[in-house]
Amino acid sequence: MGFFEEVTLLTKFTFRFFRELFKPRYEFNEFVRQSYLIGYKSFPLVAITGLILGLVMTIQSRPTLAEFGAVSWLPAMVSVSIVRELGPTIFALIFAGKVGSGIGAELASMKVTEQIDAMEVSGMNPYKYIVVTRVLATTLMLPLLVILGDAISLYGAYIAVNLKGSVSFHLFFLQVFKSLDFSDVFPAFIKTFFFGFAIGLISCFKGYNSTNGTEGVGVAANTSVVLGSLSVFIIDMIAVQITSMLY
Amino acid sequence: METVAEITHLRKSFGTNHVLNDINLKINKGENLVVLGKSGSGKSVLIKCLVGLIEPDEGEIFLFGENIAGLKTGKLNILRKKVGFLFQSAALYDSMSVRENLEFPLRDLKAKPREETDALVIEALQNVGLESAIDKMPSELSGGMRKRVGLARTLILKPEIILYDEPTTGLDPITSREISQLILNMQKKYNTASIIITHDIECARITANRVIIIKEGIVLAEGTFKEISESKDEWIRSFFN
Ligand SMILES: Nc1ncnc2c1ncn2[C@@H]1O[C@H](COP(=O)(O)OP(=O)(O)OP(=O)(O)O)[C@@H](O)[C@H]1O
Ligand SMILES: [Mg+2]
Repeated sequence: MGFFEEVTLLTKFTFRFFRELFKPRYEFNEFVRQSYLIGYKSFPLVAITGLILGLVMTIQSRPTLAEFGAVSWLPAMVSVSIVRELGPTIFALIFAGKVGSGIGAELASMKVTEQIDAMEVSGMNPYKYIVVTRVLATTLMLPLLVILGDAISLYGAYIAVNLKGSVSFHLFFLQVFKSLDFSDVFPAFIKTFFFGFAIGLISCFKGYNSTNGTEGVGVAANTSVVLGSLSVFIIDMIAVQITSMLY
Repeated sequence: METVAEITHLRKSFGTNHVLNDINLKINKGENLVVLGKSGSGKSVLIKCLVGLIEPDEGEIFLFGENIAGLKTGKLNILRKKVGFLFQSAALYDSMSVRENLEFPLRDLKAKPREETDALVIEALQNVGLESAIDKMPSELSGGMRKRVGLARTLILKPEIILYDEPTTGLDPITSREISQLILNMQKKYNTASIIITHDIECARITANRVIIIKEGIVLAEGTFKEISESKDEWIRSFFN
């Protein structure tokens, strides 16, 4: 398939999402089930990565700050980097790897084994049941995971700060919250919805339109991850531009 | 006789692979039509065109008198609910148990009481002799069991037209005969019209009111089972030995 053809199809696929989103019937149960699968099952991975991210960032930043005699800035610096940029991006990439590949492969195999056709001939709307629920779930679950991941990261940072020297829990988080203002937190939070949406939409698109039988399942899983991750960076770049214009 | 589905001048190619060239077909209410043809002759493609899963290159398809090409999705879906489709691959929903697979086609009906749905599901499974598998996942079933669950799912809505794609393939002779009998029962009980694609001559003999043979994208021969099996054409007769 040519590049432009693919873009046209993806655009149509996206419009269809918004068209079907507001039309009954609402597949609420399936949405809840997908949210559970997508959110709850990715949480351990996000938690571990988050903890390590906080630890490593803090340990790595300490020598640089020490050179300037600014170790007391450690909580502030680490929290701003994590909440603004690293947290959302890294968790989104992990999400693209775990959830995106899963959706891509699952939908592609449903396609290959004619399950999507079977829904269609029974007079159901497979797009609504399969795609809308999953895209909605990724859009809403990723921000939640990022908030939790950020919190765990900051806790990791607190542990790392206390590896050398000692800062009380209270003081650490006082410094963290003093250094974070609305313009750090809000744009970072908003962009995660777009990350989640893009990852869900792209992997559904790749799975739903997969061809070439079983081979296509692997291809769909693979391209879902690659394009999902790429879209995270592209959206991030756009978000940075917009944020820097606004604040 | 009332025609429930009609195909006129149907043509379908995939690239240079000309699968169907000029198919003309009528299916009457309460009639079992058996379709015979070599593997790859386009039998599955034919019934997929009939329900709008595959778009024909040329020709027209009428379901219950309506040309499906011009229909909006909503309208088409209403018609599709009156048509049952047994996929050659069974096409069970992998993420759902057997019970949920059977409940899926029922979910759009006006909120039925739990007991009524359960009774329908159990009845459908009894028909195919699988009530013990109700809480199994499709991955736990054998090929023949999957096929039978697919059949139960197809029949649960008591559709007016049923399209069977090789209902007895992969089943032992005894179960095959039971399934053929079930197809016959559906016809008798609900006056359904069916298209039965099969390579199983015994099944064709039991179920057919009319038989057609597809070759090179056209209907090569048409008649009762007896007429076709005693055809003068050597090639056609060779299906029956
Ligand atoms: N989606 C598709 N894309 C491309 N070619 C297809 C597609 N579906 C079917 N074909 C081709 O159409 C031809 C007829 O396929 P079909 O599945 O209808 O055969 P069949 O008569 O059902 O055979 P069998 O008895 O083995 O099931 C085959 O040559 C197949 O390769
Ligand atoms: Mg076939």
